[in-house]
Amino acid sequence: MRQWIAFWNIILKDMRAYYLKPPNISWGLIFPVAWTGMFFIKSGSGKESIPSLLPGVIAISVLFGTTSMLAVTVTFEKKNRSFERLLLAPISLELLMLAKTSGAIFFGAANALVPVILAMFLADLSQVAWMTVLPAVFLIAVASTFLGLFIAVSVSEVFEAQTFSNFFRFPMIFLCGLFFPIDSLPIFLKPLSYLLPLTYGADILHGAVHGKNIMPLGLDFLLITGFCIALFCISLRNVNRKWIV
Amino acid sequence: METGKSDSEHFSIVEVAELSKKFDKMTAVDKICFNVRQGELFGFLGPNGAGKTTTINMLTGLARPDSGTIRIGGLDCTENPKKAQHLMGIVPDESNLYPELSGFDNLCFCAALYGMPKKERLVRAGELLETFGLKEAGNRKFGGYSKGMKRKLTIAAGIIHYPKILFLDEPTTGIDVASARQIRQLIADLHRDGTTIFLTTHYIEEAERLCGRIAFIVKGRIVQTETVANLLQPVQEKHIMLISFSASAKDIVKELASEFRDIQIYPVSAGQIRVESEKPVRAGALARFIEDQGAEVTEARKLNPSLEDIFVRITGIEVNAMKNEKEKKGGNS
Ligand SMILES: Nc1ncnc2c1ncn2[C@@H]1O[C@H](COP(=O)(O)OP(=O)(O)OP(=O)(O)O)[C@@H](O)[C@H]1O
Ligand SMILES: [Mg+2]
Repeated sequence: MRQWIAFWNIILKDMRAYYLKPPNISWGLIFPVAWTGMFFIKSGSGKESIPSLLPGVIAISVLFGTTSMLAVTVTFEKKNRSFERLLLAPISLELLMLAKTSGAIFFGAANALVPVILAMFLADLSQVAWMTVLPAVFLIAVASTFLGLFIAVSVSEVFEAQTFSNFFRFPMIFLCGLFFPIDSLPIFLKPLSYLLPLTYGADILHGAVHGKNIMPLGLDFLLITGFCIALFCISLRNVNRKWIV
Repeated sequence: METGKSDSEHFSIVEVAELSKKFDKMTAVDKICFNVRQGELFGFLGPNGAGKTTTINMLTGLARPDSGTIRIGGLDCTENPKKAQHLMGIVPDESNLYPELSGFDNLCFCAALYGMPKKERLVRAGELLETFGLKEAGNRKFGGYSKGMKRKLTIAAGIIHYPKILFLDEPTTGIDVASARQIRQLIADLHRDGTTIFLTTHYIEEAERLCGRIAFIVKGRIVQTETVANLLQPVQEKHIMLISFSASAKDIVKELASEFRDIQIYPVSAGQIRVESEKPVRAGALARFIEDQGAEVTEARKLNPSLEDIFVRITGIEVNAMKNEKEKKGGNS
């Protein structure tokens, strides 16, 4: 019980101190809108292309929304030493790291709403399998948050966290089949695609939104869940090794 | 409070045996052993880099010991300090609260970390702001506090969950004299009200004034652990005098030593000596002798023996050097 009071208040504090700050909220809104607009114009096609663009825009909004937050909630707090306060509190490391990431997961998942709502006004989304989209968005949020955590724990400066996460994020836009099918990638890049969790999340979204998935959805779900667990465990181990000297 | 004290007096809240920690090849803490008894204010006194913070980090769970054992509140925490973290309050050497939260919110958050229910948190945070004289500042952001206020709030955050043992790492370093005095008073009050405290410091007067027992730590080793009263006893029976004059102390010391065989003479600086004796020092005779050597005596002052003398003797470290170095460091940060 005591641990859960701590858990919940860590989330609330991060929400108030970071997530619900006006710059973050507007960033969370502008970013997906910009991506949507860009790809829409770039594709040069009409409104009928929206369903095929939507999965990529959802994934990108979640990816950028989550990963950038961890640089603040983890790297920044480690830097100004307030993270030590959390390490010294009687709450298990697993629960602590879950609390530090939950806020980002929800923030990232909420970001996905922006392109979805926009698309609803512009296109016919009646055949979208929302019950598949929902868990997929959640898992993409979890996977990219834990990727952000992995990065945040590996560096010591906030700017390093930003740079390092861009090093992952931008290639992922192209490698994970968000807008261009993986099949169209040069052969030597393909293995890389399958090493990135977002590939599986995006595949589920393609399947759910316009029925064009390349792998069975069950396998996609399994793999992305596996990535989430692996990334979380590695991050925990890193915290334990690097921050408890 | 007083009743039952004799029982609890023997109970050690912190028991440390053969604790060691290396960073690469450098030994930061070297096989230290000590106990902190319930209700006592235990001082850890040592210069820069002695290993004070490293010791606190090992006790509280921010550092892993290489060897040795730690028991806190009777629980073996060597492998898993999480077990006893609910018993500990920790005030680090630098304030580490959240700059973007108000003082009040910071306290409430810290209480929540220890699982305190909301109603209780609000009341307790209000009380502590009042006790620490921060009531007016309670709604201001912590980031805008002065150094002294930050330190006070950090201490308040450390005791918000009524810890059984409070770790204070250099609580008065780097803040002005008035705030330091207030903080010492707060610490004394906390101790009087029954909190067991482990305090590190490099201020000898602070240790002397506040602590019941002191461990001297130098280069990772504890060189002595003793009650302040016992430490002071041998010097209290001594008569000490500081004499300043206009000549090189070195030459005079030799001459004096052969003339006055019942006293000990130590050069302090170029034109200053320190005289110690079991019997009252004959200042007049000393001064006349020095003047006969062709030097002019400018000052002769009787010193009250203090812990400082003991410290210098035990550790071989000049106190002023230690203080100056520390202040330089504190002034920059
Ligand atoms: N994380 C670390 N990595 C490497 N060396 C360290 C680390 N932490 C401490 N040390 C070294 O261990 C020694 C003891 O440091 P510690 O901080 O415990 O000293 P201290 O007594 O607290 O000193 P101060 O009065 O300056 O706070 C120092 O030589 C320090 O450089
Ligand atoms: Mg220290």
